Amino acid sequence: MRKKAETTALHKVLVRVRRYWAGLGLSLIMATVQVVLSLYIPILVGKAIDCIVGQGNVDMARVGEYLFGVALCAGAAAFAQWIMSITNNRISYRVTQDIRNEAFFHIQKLPLKYLDRHPQGDTVSRIISDVDTFADGLLMGFTQLFTGVMTIVGTLLIMLRIHWGIALVVVLVTPLSLVVAGFIAKSTHSMFQKQTQTRGEQTALIDEAIGGMKLIRAFGHEDAIMAQFDDVNERVRTCSLKAIFFSSLTNPCTRFVNSVVYALVGLTGALVAISGGITVGNLTSLLNYANQYTKPFNEISGVLTELQNALACAGRVFELIEEPAETPDPKDAVELDRVGGKVEIRDVDFAYNPEKPLIQNFSLDVEPGQRVAIVGPTGCGKTTLINLLMRFYDPQEGSIHIEGVDTRCMSRKALRRNVGMVLQDTWLKTGTIRENIAMGKPDATDEEIIEAAKKARAHGFIRRLPKGYDTQIGESGGNLSQGEKQLLCIARVMLSLPPMLILDEATSSIDTRTELRIQKAFDTMMKGRTSFVVAHRLSTIQEADVILVMRNGRVVEQGNHQQLLERRGFYSELYTSQFAH
Amino acid sequence: MKQLLKYMKGYEKQCVLGPLFKLLEATFELLIPLVVAAIVDKGIGSGDGGYIVKMCLVMVALGVIGLICAVTAQYFAASAAVGVSARLRKAVMGHIMGFSYTQIDEVGTSTLVTRMTSDINQVQNGVNLTLRLLLRSPFVVFGAMIMAFTIDFEAALVFAGVIPMLCIVVFGIMLITMPMYKRVQAALDRVTAATRQNLAGVRVLRAFCAEDRERENFASQTQALTRRQLGAGRISALMNPVTFVMINLAVILLVKIGAVKVEHGVLTQGLVIALYNYMSQILVELVKMANLIITMTKAVACANRVQTILDLEQDRAEGESVDKIRGEIEFRDVSARYAGAAEASVEGISFHAGPGQTIGVIGGTGAGKTTLVNLIPRLYEAYQGQVLIDGVDVSVMDAQKLRSSIGIVPQKALLFHGTIRDNLCWGKQNATDQELWDALDTAQAADMVRRREGQLDAEVSQGGRNFSGGQRQRLTIARALVRKPAILILDDSASALDYATDAKLRQSVRNMPDPPTTFIVSQRAASVRFADLILVLDDGQLVGKGSHDELMETCPVYQEIYHSQFSKEVTNHA
Repeated sequence: MRKKAETTALHKVLVRVRRYWAGLGLSLIMATVQVVLSLYIPILVGKAIDCIVGQGNVDMARVGEYLFGVALCAGAAAFAQWIMSITNNRISYRVTQDIRNEAFFHIQKLPLKYLDRHPQGDTVSRIISDVDTFADGLLMGFTQLFTGVMTIVGTLLIMLRIHWGIALVVVLVTPLSLVVAGFIAKSTHSMFQKQTQTRGEQTALIDEAIGGMKLIRAFGHEDAIMAQFDDVNERVRTCSLKAIFFSSLTNPCTRFVNSVVYALVGLTGALVAISGGITVGNLTSLLNYANQYTKPFNEISGVLTELQNALACAGRVFELIEEPAETPDPKDAVELDRVGGKVEIRDVDFAYNPEKPLIQNFSLDVEPGQRVAIVGPTGCGKTTLINLLMRFYDPQEGSIHIEGVDTRCMSRKALRRNVGMVLQDTWLKTGTIRENIAMGKPDATDEEIIEAAKKARAHGFIRRLPKGYDTQIGESGGNLSQGEKQLLCIARVMLSLPPMLILDEATSSIDTRTELRIQKAFDTMMKGRTSFVVAHRLSTIQEADVILVMRNGRVVEQGNHQQLLERRGFYSELYTSQFAH
Repeated sequence: MKQLLKYMKGYEKQCVLGPLFKLLEATFELLIPLVVAAIVDKGIGSGDGGYIVKMCLVMVALGVIGLICAVTAQYFAASAAVGVSARLRKAVMGHIMGFSYTQIDEVGTSTLVTRMTSDINQVQNGVNLTLRLLLRSPFVVFGAMIMAFTIDFEAALVFAGVIPMLCIVVFGIMLITMPMYKRVQAALDRVTAATRQNLAGVRVLRAFCAEDRERENFASQTQALTRRQLGAGRISALMNPVTFVMINLAVILLVKIGAVKVEHGVLTQGLVIALYNYMSQILVELVKMANLIITMTKAVACANRVQTILDLEQDRAEGESVDKIRGEIEFRDVSARYAGAAEASVEGISFHAGPGQTIGVIGGTGAGKTTLVNLIPRLYEAYQGQVLIDGVDVSVMDAQKLRSSIGIVPQKALLFHGTIRDNLCWGKQNATDQELWDALDTAQAADMVRRREGQLDAEVSQGGRNFSGGQRQRLTIARALVRKPAILILDDSASALDYATDAKLRQSVRNMPDPPTTFIVSQRAASVRFADLILVLDDGQLVGKGSHDELMETCPVYQEIYHSQFSKEVTNHA
């Protein structure tokens, strides 16, 4: 199962690497050149040493020749290696850039259903850290896997050429170091799992305790938490010690196996040399190759785990990329230019979770310019209606029509251009105030922007900011107060002022006097426009043409203020509990 | 960094023995080329097969001793590293537990979590690797050089020349690329920010049809990242080729000098091979050392970040122990401000509340309501004036004891992972089931708990996410009530409750057998309307003090708040 997932991930990676085939080819050629040349150097050195037999028996001319060859090979090998590294960098960074862009572009097309259900942090970590791990693995794979394999093959061939018997000894003994490394990796795997798990437990506790530190202090609960922490901390210590110690045995153990191989090559080589089978220079080369031959094995086993990890990360990214996108807009989408604002909702059924039906058989007619108030206790599903109107979600049954056209027959952009939205969550993007106001109309002139800000009653405070309209806003709005942020959100809609509005006038975190200002801005905006308002204030509710009373995700009552009061249902209960004692 | 060394205490043995055994291992490794030289010169030279076997056994024996030394060293290094990090974590956690509210605000929780987890892990890695390699690599490099000197002075000069040059290249490239990699990191941070922002604002961005511009922006950020990565990569890609060329040039020089010396009978062939082998060992160690230095710089940076936390002074808040508190509270001209703030959050507050009374605190956002109530349990300290409980200044009371008679329900309804019972027992370690149910009843939460599977033992996930906002709030209220506090502080803690539940809750607190002095902080006039005393705050000033009826007559701010919530006609209804 896991194997299969890995191969498909590998396949997908290869598809994305394919565009860089020329670079890949160059990299392979350079790797071959580098490996061949750097393997040839010990042979040359060995030959040179063979010319240095003893006192008065040194062939200086040939030593010089061989050494000149070493210099040439070293220079060329180094150059090839440099070209290879740069090419590999280029390929792996480009591929990660492509994959990041692909993932991000795809997010823009993902249905909100996916985005709402998946924690933001998880998606971010897929695009950032998973892609990073993948890039590291890819780079390492490119550079080390290929040169490693080449080195092993190369050294083996050369050793066989020098003396097949000694080469055989090397070939037979080296797998031992792989076996040892594999054994250690396997037996430490469970220790690492235990470590990860215990660490996770500790992080959860730290996260919780630090997040709730004020509460802990207020309740004098420090000692109890500390006792809990000590317990986990001690467990983390013991299992980390085990994991770290046992895994750190890999290096000394493989080193030991290698030194045994080295000794064996020395032994057989020297014995063969006595009988004149090989020269001393050959023996030197053999010893060197024995060293070089074993090293890539260790590296490759490292690279393979790294690659496995990289593929697992790539798999997570591809999962995101392959998540089905929103149903595309129809080809012959109706392009609404300016609409009057007539909205009909026909027999809509909707549920986030098919087992828990939320809205059932809901119909509503709204004439242009009417005001619809949506009321109900917190968490009753008021935002669901907004989600449906904006087509963030589509209903399972029934349809929503604007000016008689089914919204599913329009492009989402055309629909959204005709609806202005101000949410309780006052989200602003990093950038200047000007950029934020002009979000819906990037080509707006300064006059238009200032005019919109004035209408939103935001011009005053913007002018008092150190850089006015060019003041930078940090992530999540930073230095502005909640009320000021809300006014900017209103100005943002005010600039294009579409014929339909959706407002969440929640003002729970805003003091009443700022609220009055915001209210006035809202009133200016709603004049003559079809508006859907999640209402918290009585005046909005009373003036509404239709009030939708929602409870547990359902519209339980519908009508105007007077009608609903007379019905003596949930609305009148809400009303009396809120405003009378 | 220096102070961190004190967490090594008790691990001196490991810290000394670890590197020592590592050195032993390296020493045995350094002997190998000499053994090989002996094999070549004596064994092959004289055709003595027995000698060769003996020498090869020596090599294996050296390997075995090396292995034992290495394993011992790894164990000491691992246990020191793990022990130090566990201690450090405990110290930091304990230290954070002593932070005042002000400090928690200043430092920020997410930073604290990172320092406790990933930063300390980096320190652990750093300690581990340092103990293993810090001495070993230089020892091997210089050891190889010294061994070369024992073989032949002139040939060894090649080592003396090439080692500093290699160091210059390795460290030079690292010094150049380090700031470049920092810039790569900064570019990556921007890509992260762009992603996070896009996800957070997805509804607004789509409503404004801004997807295309987002795509362009993201693509330009990733493009910038790639450019920086390539720039840094180009330079670090030089490291291996350049060192390779240098080592090989040194080898050429070595063989050349060797050839001349052998010709003159000063050196033997085997010794030339030994010199050549020492040169190869140096190359391997240099690469290891470069990696070690990267890990170490990271670890030091992280250690310093941890140290800054430990350097923050704790708020001990000790004082005289207090007996039973009746709940009489008096503020005398109290002013308080947050650290670093230029202006006071509350200024010149004076009022008196009798035991069992209900005090409403109302005002806009940022008016100082929360600051005011947090002064009572000494969570913040007043810098001017006095807060008296039962006539005693809180600043001389033991904060821990004082807080045990106060029930606080903070704005953010936070529950901890565990069971409902675990959470409620925060108020009183060994409360009986009856006490818990009583508190739940008063908090209007009993029905809700009864409907849960497992009732009091129902699972609460981290942060209480498996409960709705209103349910969480009622549970936090119950938690505060379990200890039957003399003073109860409800800091805007009914905001997620509908008005009817809110009213019932206030009623049942009032009807408790021994009602606590209750502070109700709210923005809703309806919640404080029936309090014995209402404090109206505006921008840190107490602008009104009295009952609802009095304030409706005398306090314009109160009137304004009231009317903004109850339009005039409705007031008439009521």
